[in-house]
Amino acid sequence: MEIGPIWRALLRNKTAYVLIALQIAVTMAIMVNSISIIQERSRLMARPSGIDEDNIFYLSSLQFLPEFNFRASVAEDLESLRNLPGVVSAISTNTVPLQGGGWSSGLQTEPGSDIEGTGTAMYFVDEHGIDTFGVRLIAGRNFSPTEIEWHEGTSSRWPAVGIVSRETAAALFPDTPNDVVGKTVYVNNDQAVRIIGVIERMQAAWKSWDGVERSMLVPMYREGGGTRYVIRTEPGYRDELMPQVEQMLAENNDGRLIRDVTTMTETRQRSYMEDSAMIKLLVFIVSLLTAITALGIVGLASFSVARRTRQIGTRRALGASRPAILRYFMLENFLVSSVGIIGGGILAVAMNIWMVQTFDLTPIAWYMIPLAMIALWIVGQAAVYGPARRASLVPPAVATRSV
Amino acid sequence: MFRYYVKLALLSIRKNPILSALMVAAIAIGIGACMTIVNIDYVMGGNPIPHRSDVLYHVQLDSWDPISPAREPNEPPDQVTYLDGTALLKAAKGRRQVLSYRAGRVLQPPDPDIRPFEVMARTPTADFFPMFDVPFLYGQGWDKAADDNQERVVVLGKEVNEQVFGGENSVGRTIALNGETFRVTGVIDRWEPIPRFYDVSNNPFDEVEDLFFPFSVAIDNELGNSGNTNCWKPSDGGWEAFLNSECVWMQFWVELHGENEKQEYMAFLDAYVESQRELGRFPRPLNNRLYDVTEWMENQEVVADDVQVLLGLAVLFLIVCLLNTIGLLLAKIMRRSGDISLRRALGASRSTVFLQYIVEAGLIGLTGGVFGVALTWLGLKGIEVLYGQFDFIGNLVRMDWLMILTAVILAIISALGAALYPTWRACRIHPASQLKSL
Repeated sequence: MEIGPIWRALLRNKTAYVLIALQIAVTMAIMVNSISIIQERSRLMARPSGIDEDNIFYLSSLQFLPEFNFRASVAEDLESLRNLPGVVSAISTNTVPLQGGGWSSGLQTEPGSDIEGTGTAMYFVDEHGIDTFGVRLIAGRNFSPTEIEWHEGTSSRWPAVGIVSRETAAALFPDTPNDVVGKTVYVNNDQAVRIIGVIERMQAAWKSWDGVERSMLVPMYREGGGTRYVIRTEPGYRDELMPQVEQMLAENNDGRLIRDVTTMTETRQRSYMEDSAMIKLLVFIVSLLTAITALGIVGLASFSVARRTRQIGTRRALGASRPAILRYFMLENFLVSSVGIIGGGILAVAMNIWMVQTFDLTPIAWYMIPLAMIALWIVGQAAVYGPARRASLVPPAVATRSV
Repeated sequence: MFRYYVKLALLSIRKNPILSALMVAAIAIGIGACMTIVNIDYVMGGNPIPHRSDVLYHVQLDSWDPISPAREPNEPPDQVTYLDGTALLKAAKGRRQVLSYRAGRVLQPPDPDIRPFEVMARTPTADFFPMFDVPFLYGQGWDKAADDNQERVVVLGKEVNEQVFGGENSVGRTIALNGETFRVTGVIDRWEPIPRFYDVSNNPFDEVEDLFFPFSVAIDNELGNSGNTNCWKPSDGGWEAFLNSECVWMQFWVELHGENEKQEYMAFLDAYVESQRELGRFPRPLNNRLYDVTEWMENQEVVADDVQVLLGLAVLFLIVCLLNTIGLLLAKIMRRSGDISLRRALGASRSTVFLQYIVEAGLIGLTGGVFGVALTWLGLKGIEVLYGQFDFIGNLVRMDWLMILTAVILAIISALGAALYPTWRACRIHPASQLKSL
């Protein structure tokens, strides 16, 4: 076809085209890497926490008078919470998934201090824990009321039984991940804990932790400066119950503050705020950049059409049809875009290698490169269509006029 | 002549309003995007205490697990144990030293009409205030005797003082913390070190604590840490056992002047660790660290990865905008080849032509820069909205004169840089080549 002459014409006046090709290349590098980051963040944000997020809220009870009776207060609070209409279940615990603060300890399958434990998030719950969080027990059994213990905040003893998440089981017993009920693990180097059940999934409180899927339910109430009540409601009752519960607990006892009444929905938003903000920023950057590059293509194409008005007229006078002129400019842009896109592919990969090394990002998926290529070809063709059409409308008579 | 070129430039800009507007927009958007991120990076990576950052040293002792370092590849823990912190404090080998941690308390105001509320407290030793040059509105900190005698004294932050005492001078008055009475010795004025360098283990961009009371009182109250506590070795139950454990949960800073004092202190730390080995502690090879404020901020990588990724993208973004501007300028100048040849034919030298077009480009750059500063401000507002739910982001979204100046200079340099090639092309135009076709 006409590729040969177009290419040679390009080479005779290359500066402007080199600029456009460079612009396309850098745009593509930014586009591919940004979209790759967006994908990664979206994937992280889509991970389920394992609990019934829609119907759970929680709050902190913070005691501040020395004579405050922790045990009596927790027992009384739980009693009144569980009796509220609309409440499915409630517990006193230390934290909830995605919250950002919590407790982790190392678990190991053999006792001894010279073994590196597997970091696991600990949730202190009673026999209502599974029901309150809405996690699914896939093997073994729940705690019985007699197994629940009361501990001081500085206690270093652990209850003798525990329920682990499936990922924890898989990390501790890679050979028999589906058969861990009844096995013993050790916490604090040598305290034996027998696994009595496995839950499908329950994330730790730290979303960026690489062990976020490892958690264990521990049957105890642990006394600290306060406690956290987690309340699961019937669907639709959550928002109505929140102020009611806050008021009820605040009136129950003088020596404490009720704070941070929060839904899981809000906790998830807050926890992934940085990721969702990053996604929005990158989308904005990529769109703006694509628009600028498209404007640059329009600008330069208009310029080159204006410069070549007489040539176009001459070609038309010699018998070239309008579609032929249109095709000429579209093809020219396609060639320039192709050079830019090939350069962009190389630049994108180089940039990705650098980012993976420096910031521990995930490498780009292979299909990103062809996708970005096609996208930029389309953008280029769309941008050049206007000026190219104008070129095709140049009347043959122009050739006969001077200047 | 210069004024004449400015006039010519204005004329030429007016002649091609759309093209000129596009160029201004490209520069403004590029500068705006780039400077928004540069600004955040600058505030995050700023020196929080410039006049003292080279005499304040953060102490790290490698008391960690023999089978794995506290942080890869071989970093010691970023905080110290109670045992080591108090030992270094007692030895008092620096000019000043401070040990502290962070804890939540409930404040009951003397006025019964104000409901009790939760406060975040820092529990430092007496040297905290002079060492970190904390500005006082009323009164002062406490002295070493107060530390030794576990006196119930408290220094209030400005906001808490407003809340509890309506902003009056409250020195000598009392408040209750978790049911215990504390006497106010001072009120701090506005103090916002960014990052909050003295404790970067717990969100470095969080605000300074609400109030301060002595370390010895906090320990006497068996007050647990509300920041990070990391242990590699289990401790026995109870508060005493926790204090004697290998858990790290507090920050130790020392003031040293000059390389000599630093080396002496390092030698002291090494000797201390060796003496502790005899008690069976410190199973890892000797690996103690003394970092001054800026070194410590770098070591802890307080500037978020996301910001650095965005910074890289923003610089590339500016490059695309500049490539765009180069292309547009080239188009504009080439369209005026006729004028240029005519001037050249009439005797203008290349340098004159060069000057004329570089003035025009500079003007466009300046305009782009001014709009760029405005866009930067918009960008920062946008970031504030995006990250709005984080309290600390408000601290990062600020622009000082240095950054405004940087934006304008960057804009002019960018515009001139972009103008260089097209202008060079312009003055290479042969007088004859264009005149012929006329």
